[in-house]
Amino acid sequence: MKLVDRIKQFFVQIGELSYFAGRFFKEVFTPPFEFRELLRQCYQMGNRSLVLVGVTGFIIGLVMTLQSRPTLIQFGAVSWMPNMTGISIVREIGPVITALICAGRIASGIGAELGSMRVTEQIDAMEVSGTNPFKYLVVTRILATTLMLPLLVVFGDLIALYGSALVENLKGDVSFQLYFNIVFDALGFGDIIPATIKSFFFGFVIGLVGCYKGYYSKKGTAGVGVAANSAVVMASLLVFVVDFIAVFVSDIFYEL
Amino acid sequence: MTDERITYKNKNAESESDTTEERKTVIRIRDVRKSFGDNHVLNGFHMELHEGENLVVMGRSGSGKSVMIKCLVGLMAPDSGYIEVMGKEIATLNRQTLDELRSDIGFLFQGSALYDSMTVRENIEFPMRRHKEKLGAVSDTTTLVMEALENVGLGHTLDLMPAELSGGMQRRIALARTLILKPKIILYDEPTSGLDPITAKEIIELMRSIQIKYNTSSLIITHDVDCARVISERMILLVDGINYAEGTYAELSASTDPKVEAFFKK
Ligand SMILES: Nc1ncnc2c1ncn2[C@@H]1O[C@H](COP(=O)(O)OP(=O)(O)OP(=O)(O)O)[C@@H](O)[C@H]1O
Ligand SMILES: [Mg+2]
Repeated sequence: MKLVDRIKQFFVQIGELSYFAGRFFKEVFTPPFEFRELLRQCYQMGNRSLVLVGVTGFIIGLVMTLQSRPTLIQFGAVSWMPNMTGISIVREIGPVITALICAGRIASGIGAELGSMRVTEQIDAMEVSGTNPFKYLVVTRILATTLMLPLLVVFGDLIALYGSALVENLKGDVSFQLYFNIVFDALGFGDIIPATIKSFFFGFVIGLVGCYKGYYSKKGTAGVGVAANSAVVMASLLVFVVDFIAVFVSDIFYEL
Repeated sequence: MTDERITYKNKNAESESDTTEERKTVIRIRDVRKSFGDNHVLNGFHMELHEGENLVVMGRSGSGKSVMIKCLVGLMAPDSGYIEVMGKEIATLNRQTLDELRSDIGFLFQGSALYDSMTVRENIEFPMRRHKEKLGAVSDTTTLVMEALENVGLGHTLDLMPAELSGGMQRRIALARTLILKPKIILYDEPTSGLDPITAKEIIELMRSIQIKYNTSSLIITHDVDCARVISERMILLVDGINYAEGTYAELSASTDPKVEAFFKK
């Protein structure tokens, strides 16, 4: 019985989320546009997650290179290190790790912020003062995450590659210039374009889930906690689902 | 159910009821019903607010006062019934006409509902961003904001955040924000709840001075008997989802009906 309820709940949520996304697409193209608020949100999001993405990217690049060195040496293929790390960071690890960090950092932030605005009737207050709260709060945030995530991914990728290059430089005597030359030679459009498109979708999903959970937050302070928490869980899960679909689709397109 | 309702209108002095007849009706609620699942909150509520009048609606916690007032501005839709504000039926309005109408209605929320990511100044400016035309020739919003703040006696808080203010100050800032567009009708949702008696009195005085200064019609929701006594011209008791009793403070407080008496017992 309980399992049935949960499954039902799951599909209800998917339905509501789709409806919410539909409303976003309806409102995003109709004036008035809230440009100032959009810029403010973009700035805040970048500002909030830049350091975290940087530190994580650096460590990931460093650790990944350290861990795979022994195996590559065993096969006498250590000179392939830049190609391998470069491709795996740009195609998969960079976007996914950045998206997961943002799911933890941004989706929960949006969920808590909108949730508390809902609970304290600030959203109602906006509505009665003639500002469409969906446009002012939701549309700007979803656009901001969608636009900012690819930028954060590029930033995270570069830091991760730098971390990897550092290891190669210290342990393997590969100069930074040589390392990055090999990496950029190895990367083709088939690596960069799918990863970038994927990042837009990650950003969209993160903003969408955060806003959805916050906007429909239950009354009471407990509702805010639930909104923030479930936003992280759902956003992280959807990041993987989107990743799966993206890999599947790009696989068809590029016949790899 | 209808037969249960108590009205003291007929007992009013002739001259008084004459003047109320002449006043225009700005809000008209007819037979409004609203349920949340099995929770029947409003079961056929009637109410009329006349121009320039101070009407107090009293009811116990959870009796549906906030639900009723939210239906009035279209934040919630009633299940059935008729709601008209300044001659316009709320249910028939589209977003734009509803927004226009809302700029004539001030709404003071129960918990102040200040935007906590904005300064006091930005809070008060917020309603003006979509209603520039209503401000007429005034292009400098700073003077308007300062005037609104001086009205509530908090001129020095301009650049503070709401979190830095006390509850009473927040309520007054919320009042200033409500008044910035010079609404014709003001809806107060428990303006004195959660405040100490002295601060509550200050808020009530503010409400009175605003009423005199701008000649607004006010609907005041409260369960504070003192507030009702001071400010009400007419009162409605909301019990079991209907307008159970209606009359002046003096009439209702003298009533012998047990449900009415319960409100005025100390
Ligand atoms: N969005 C909602 N969903 C479900 N039930 C609701 C909702 N809003 C209000 N209710 C229910 O409607 C009833 C009336 O609520 P309302 O907030 O109007 O009370 P109130 O008269 O304003 O009380 P108080 O004096 O405590 O503010 C309550 O039982 C509440 O549980
Ligand atoms: Mg209430």
